[in-house]
Amino acid sequence: MTVEVRIPTILRPYTQGEKTVTGAGDSLGALLADLDSRHAGLRERLVEGDQLRRFVNVYLNDEDVRFLDGLATAVADGDAVTILPAVAGG
Amino acid sequence: MRFDSLLDSVGRTPLIGLPRLSPAADVRLWAKLEDRNPTGSVKDRAALAMIEAAERDGRLTSGCTILEPTSGNTGIALAMAARLKGYALICVMPENTSPERSQLLRMWGADIRYSAAAGGSNEAVRVAKALAAEHPEWVMLYQYGNPANAEAHYRGTGPELLADLPTITHFVAGLGTTGTLMGAGRYLREQVPGVQIVAAEPRYGELVYGLRNLDEGFVPELYDASVLTSRYSVGPRDAVRRMRELLEVEGIFAGISTGAILHAALGMAAKAVRAGERADIAFIVCDGGWKYLSTGAYEGTLDAAEDALDGQLWA
Repeated sequence: MTVEVRIPTILRPYTQGEKTVTGAGDSLGALLADLDSRHAGLRERLVEGDQLRRFVNVYLNDEDVRFLDGLATAVADGDAVTILPAVAGG
Repeated sequence: MRFDSLLDSVGRTPLIGLPRLSPAADVRLWAKLEDRNPTGSVKDRAALAMIEAAERDGRLTSGCTILEPTSGNTGIALAMAARLKGYALICVMPENTSPERSQLLRMWGADIRYSAAAGGSNEAVRVAKALAAEHPEWVMLYQYGNPANAEAHYRGTGPELLADLPTITHFVAGLGTTGTLMGAGRYLREQVPGVQIVAAEPRYGELVYGLRNLDEGFVPELYDASVLTSRYSVGPRDAVRRMRELLEVEGIFAGISTGAILHAALGMAAKAVRAGERADIAFIVCDGGWKYLSTGAYEGTLDAAEDALDGQLWA
């Protein structure tokens, strides 16, 4: 099972400069733990306690996971996860 | 319809059915044409409400200078109102915005200070806050945290939608300052059990997310996630594709952010069809396409339009 994860510029030091990495896991939390095993320190930048950090947005197939099940959101083969810092509009 | 002045004509915009884009007789899409406001965007509502609230509080008095971080539409709306009411306006705007926005701001007499492209509106907010600290005599209305912004939609947009569409099941709008969704969303949730409040958030090119660290991220003070039922990120390709579809199929000439909102609205419509449920989905047309003609989004291939918008603040 493979899930593609898009990494923002600011976090690429953790992925050896890669824009996209792949990982496995049946939930978003498990996926981030799997990524952290190869990209040490990445998870800590995204997660605090059992929640996503305030200025981090994570989207599963373009939907904000905070409106799904957060870190418990189920992920499946072929899904795409996008990580972005929170920015202003207006 | 007759009004005593241009400012009195803000709001009460038409709600237009989209019979060709609606997927079924009982799953219908409705466009709220906010481009029919005096300066051509939804931001006239918030701009006027913020100015009037500051006047009531005594913060804003004759001859004052207003300062505001804006990617365009709020600044343009403030510039018109400020000119009519006798205030000066300084806008802090990211340099990666369309030239039409600068032209319009200057036309209505605003002074523009450009902030660096990297970091997008976050950087404009940072620069404006620094200027406000240096110039305590200037009045920063601060659309991201000013309750009058959301209030304009709680009192205006929300009730207008419900009056025109009592059977509303979904409200879809763009997420920038969050004012439209917070205000109209709160009103509709109070009045319509089970209504879905859906945010469409523009996903820009990498330049805009070029923060130095994650702690520079920004969540508007007005934002309350509990008002929303879902939130989607929409990239420029889907936004441009839907913006063109709206023009070709229903004849509505809208800006690029409206394409992103329509993309989310059509996603909701498809869900309702799959679930066999009826739906009346109202969405916001934020502005017309006029200000974006120079971006190349309206002609050529989608690939070319996507490339042209990379790094631009298109919403």
